[in-house]
Amino acid sequence: MNLLGLALRSLINRRFAVILTILTIALSIALLVLVEQMRSEVRDGFYRSVSGTDLIVGARTAPIQLLLYSVFGIGDATNNVSWQTYQELAGTSDVAWAIPMALGDMHRGYRVMGTSDALFEHFRYGDRRALELAEGRAFDDLFDVVVGHQVARQLDYDIGDRIVLSHGTGSTALQQHEEHPFTISGILAPTGTPVDQTLYISLPAHRAIHIGWERGTRMPGAEIDPDQARERADELHPESVTAVLLGLQTRAAVFGLQRRINDYRAEALTAIMPGITLQELWRITGLAEQILRVVAGMVVLAGLLGMLTVLLTTLNERRREMAILRANGARPWQIAGLLVFEAGLIAACGIIAGVGLALLAQALAAPWLLTTFGLHVAVSWPATGLWLVLGGILGAGLAIGLVPALMAYRRTLADGMQVRM
Amino acid sequence: MNTNSDLLRIEELRYTWPGESRPVLDIGEFTIGRGERLFLRGPSGSGKSTLLGAIAGLVRPDHGRILFDRTDLGSLSNAARDRFRAEQLGVIFQQFNLLPWLDVRANVTLPCRFSRSRARRAGNVAAAADHLLDAMDLAPELRAKRADELSVGQQQRVAAARALIGKPQLVLADEPTSALDSDRRQAFIELLFSQVEAAGSALLFVSHDPDLARDFDREVSLPTINRAGVAA
Repeated sequence: MNLLGLALRSLINRRFAVILTILTIALSIALLVLVEQMRSEVRDGFYRSVSGTDLIVGARTAPIQLLLYSVFGIGDATNNVSWQTYQELAGTSDVAWAIPMALGDMHRGYRVMGTSDALFEHFRYGDRRALELAEGRAFDDLFDVVVGHQVARQLDYDIGDRIVLSHGTGSTALQQHEEHPFTISGILAPTGTPVDQTLYISLPAHRAIHIGWERGTRMPGAEIDPDQARERADELHPESVTAVLLGLQTRAAVFGLQRRINDYRAEALTAIMPGITLQELWRITGLAEQILRVVAGMVVLAGLLGMLTVLLTTLNERRREMAILRANGARPWQIAGLLVFEAGLIAACGIIAGVGLALLAQALAAPWLLTTFGLHVAVSWPATGLWLVLGGILGAGLAIGLVPALMAYRRTLADGMQVRM
Repeated sequence: MNTNSDLLRIEELRYTWPGESRPVLDIGEFTIGRGERLFLRGPSGSGKSTLLGAIAGLVRPDHGRILFDRTDLGSLSNAARDRFRAEQLGVIFQQFNLLPWLDVRANVTLPCRFSRSRARRAGNVAAAADHLLDAMDLAPELRAKRADELSVGQQQRVAAARALIGKPQLVLADEPTSALDSDRRQAFIELLFSQVEAAGSALLFVSHDPDLARDFDREVSLPTINRAGVAA
């Protein structure tokens, strides 16, 4: 009894309608999978970027804002942390390491961060991984710059290339620090975090290029000569830093230290635990995600209803076909089974094609996310939970197939031998 | 009458369609012998479709018995009647017999997909199909074509081959020639006769056209035996 063969031949006969139906379902499934995948991948990407940092300290501001401008380069700081406070923080007994971040300059759309060697020594991302230099070395000369993987790749930079930084961030970066060109001394290995999109210079260099810029623009004649700067490198330091990343001796100390920093009297500060602030961020974006999920779910429902429409429409045309099958010995449940099988096959093909489409879209969107947000989005296999949802959709497709199947079942019983047209 | 020689025996059969007040069938006695070629003359509306449905086990009578090979169809479960139909009956409709999206050969072997014993009796199913198509005078080059690419006459011959595959005990033919030109009708009946004989099947041939009745073993008029007297 080769019923499946019959069902397949019948489907092939109606291939255009069937393929369109599969496509409808595939698109709806792709949307659903994409929303779900992107959500988890973006979250993973954010977590990976801050996983090794216990506290982020900046001037008094909203925690989410501090997290976004310090680590992810989204938005700007309104205030800075004084140099003295930074040094105090670094010297606190609970603190194992402190990485200063002095922002405010750009290079061809990428962030430039003034920092110290602590970055290369102590910064951790992902599974507690340290930064690695793919080529070259960290800061040696005062005007050395270490560039992230994507910066070097996108701008086609090599060790020894000389570059000029721009003053200001975003679209305001119009003025160039052209009197202080930098030499690329190192290129970092890829991390899949915003590090890849960043250029790093030393704090003294950050200070040196801003001498004479105290009013926010260049005061001709007030700048410091590069060689002069090199001689004075040891005494150069910025007046303030944008934020400080802290690693603690023991994680248990994090709550106490956070409170002490937030209550710091000499300066209004905000200390955040990046993981907890991310949770807050997800709570805000959660509503939008929920809406996207509902929309995706509705689209899937529309796809399945489209399939039901096609099956019901063809049911009338196929009444003759069913009477022929019945007269030749097919049992009513076999005819009903053909329709359920059809619905299941269409749904299964739609789901498989949809997942494929989603993975393709993810692969296509990955470079954009990487260059825009520095987020590395892997084309990953959907998680178990998502597969369960997809299985549920397949079940719903089969259940929807029961509607025409039951109608066909009752008709074949009622029609008897007659081929009613 | 010798009941043991009857393939089909109908006794006091009454059937009323749901929602109707008058019965469509009320038959005191009706028989078909083994291997008999019976011409049942009935105009449309005389209840012949209902009678064929009852014989095929698709319509369950309100009253009376339908004995097929001494088994009362009314006593069988739905599944058993489906099996009976698949194993023992070949059916030819007036037209639209074939699944348009299947090729000719697959259409002929269709009953063997639903009944193992039918397939067993056919032996090599593909060879049996070819043999029957040969006998029904269908050119070999047509056999791989889709059924809907054939002319009506060719389709009816394919339908006859399908009705006969696996040697069913009874072939039901419901106006199988009405869609054919008059000069093709006699040729079709002759081909059908020879193959029904070769298969050892009985033939119940229903038509409103008395001219076709000539070569049958027996002729019965449905309006005569159907006491329900449905208006023609």
